[in-house]
Amino acid sequence: MIYQVNEKGYYGDFGGAFIPEMLYPNVEELRSRYLQIMQEEDFQKEFRQLLKDYVGRPTPLYYAERFSKKYGTKVYLKREDLCHTGAHKVNNTIGQILMAKRLGKSRIIAETGAGQHGVATATVCALMGIECVVYMGEIDIKRQAPNVARMKMLGATVVPATSGSRTLKDATNEAIRDWINNPMNTHYIIGSVVGPHPYPDMVARFQSVVSEEVQKQLQEKEGRENPDYVVACVGGGSNAAGLYYHYLDKEEVGIIAVEAAGEGVLTGKSAATSALGREGIIHGSKTLLMQTEDGQITEPYSISAGLDYPGVGPMHANLFRTGRGEFISVTDEDAMAAGLQLCKLEGIIPAIETAHALAIFETRKFEKDDVVVVNLSGRGDKDLNTYIEHFNL
Amino acid sequence: MNRIKQKLQEDPSKKLLSIYFTAGYPEPEDTVTILQELQESGVDMVEIGLPFSDPLADGPVIQRSSEAALKSGMTTKKLFQQLEGIRKSVDIPLLIMGYFNPILQFGVERFCRQCRESGIDGLIIPDLPLEEYELQYKEIFQKYDLLMIFLITPQTSEERIKEIDSASEGFIYMVSSASVTGGTGGFGDEQKDYFTRVSKMGLKSPLIVGFGIKDNKTFEQATAQTKGAIIGSAFIKHLTENGTGKIPQFLKNIR
Ligand SMILES: Cc1ncc(COP(=O)(O)O)c(C=O)c1O
Repeated sequence: MIYQVNEKGYYGDFGGAFIPEMLYPNVEELRSRYLQIMQEEDFQKEFRQLLKDYVGRPTPLYYAERFSKKYGTKVYLKREDLCHTGAHKVNNTIGQILMAKRLGKSRIIAETGAGQHGVATATVCALMGIECVVYMGEIDIKRQAPNVARMKMLGATVVPATSGSRTLKDATNEAIRDWINNPMNTHYIIGSVVGPHPYPDMVARFQSVVSEEVQKQLQEKEGRENPDYVVACVGGGSNAAGLYYHYLDKEEVGIIAVEAAGEGVLTGKSAATSALGREGIIHGSKTLLMQTEDGQITEPYSISAGLDYPGVGPMHANLFRTGRGEFISVTDEDAMAAGLQLCKLEGIIPAIETAHALAIFETRKFEKDDVVVVNLSGRGDKDLNTYIEHFNL
Repeated sequence: MNRIKQKLQEDPSKKLLSIYFTAGYPEPEDTVTILQELQESGVDMVEIGLPFSDPLADGPVIQRSSEAALKSGMTTKKLFQQLEGIRKSVDIPLLIMGYFNPILQFGVERFCRQCRESGIDGLIIPDLPLEEYELQYKEIFQKYDLLMIFLITPQTSEERIKEIDSASEGFIYMVSSASVTGGTGGFGDEQKDYFTRVSKMGLKSPLIVGFGIKDNKTFEQATAQTKGAIIGSAFIKHLTENGTGKIPQFLKNIR
């Protein structure tokens, strides 16, 4: 169990809850109750029902035949892109909205970068008829206009984050400040396996439906629960945590995490946290973090807004430090090419985040009989403009 | 004896005025001037803000001052250079208030040693709560005789206030309301009830109130039942508008 969180909220050296006292009552309430609430029968029933009827789970585990042939190995794609709202993010927001209801909260706040988590949060708030406020960096609001419109159509208020670098990390800061200012009625739905304990563990548990399904589906297709490798892109790390979850302690399953190298790890325009980060504190969690020598958090860069985060969840920091996970970084250029290639080979337009995970097959070779499961974390509709610009379509 | 402890014991009836400012703001080399001016003007204690890129618990005024200080090249190392020899001219208690990440990067032990050498008496690290402090860092801070000041808020349970009280050696930083820094709403019945409730708990640590104190009225309200009050955003705003030239005029109106 060493790759799971311990009772103090740590994954090895990473995690914890480095929060100002103003957040303590809310975080402590969540910490002391989340496991019990999640285990309640009626919670599980409602959660499972919504995942099935509303999200469309289980998502298929698809054997990508032409892709596999090209790379001389057996590649399965876990089709999270087919979830309602187009990405894995909704698994978490469904779980957290049910949690918020049981905690008696009447107002939801969230941060978003590309807008995927914002849309997934606005969606479940509409579903439950709960007020929703989404913080989004002023710069991202300009870059991701369609998702801003979607959130508004779903009834959410989108508040521009105008502090700092005006992107995802600042939107997260603003959401945390909102929570400080509204300690009684508000629940903060964090969008990835980041933030203070218990968030990384809670979000990982909600996303773990992914590996739970993969185990069953692989049993049917291959006669075994365990693949040889699980591969996922890592921004904060929630789709990765979901795919790794039931395999974390099964050392025979290789874990591969793919980060965004941006224009190249050493160009100064990158988001490859494991390569460039040092131990530090961001958004209440001790983890690997891109920062200056003086401990100021730096602005990452990736063509994909969902991977554009200067930290990584503490689970992943621990997978990196212990060597349990193999970390690979992929440039903008290679990710875009891999995205387009999947369209041509399999008729699936992936999110650019996901395209990073697909790009590793160019350089990371697998055995012919290896079974490799890639989390197809989202679909590419939201990225059409970037694809159009990049390939002059 | 630690200067904070001494100050808290000096005159039981005296209400203490503490000032927060961001190191390196408005100009990078203003730190020492501001400290000297504050002492001259009769301030009892000062919190020197270590600027951080992502100050989670701060409102726009302190955010902007941090951003400006960082932009003009302020660093932890530079702050300690500025503080070299400060004890020749300033003898009121000095605290550093900063977020934990820059301290972690500087090296916790190295940071504490430098604090000690510069004559810093205590620390306020809002994102290092009691649990994490006790789990990993307490011994280092104590080794260098640095008092760790913890926060409480109107939402802090009575049980936790007692825990914090027994872990505190200096004062308890009483956050006036559920808010980031820079609130300007003034104090209503809710705050007064909270001040009364906590002051009647019979805690061993004196209470000093911060957040939302900006003038004589809010200072009086905050200190009616507590030991003192801290002014931050209102002082920064004054510096933004006036530079370091009119510090005594600002303070004259407070108490
Ligand atoms: C499709 C998709 N994949 C991956 C991510 C990255 O987030 P995480 O690492 O939490 O899965 C995002 C974030 O917006 C996303 O939209």
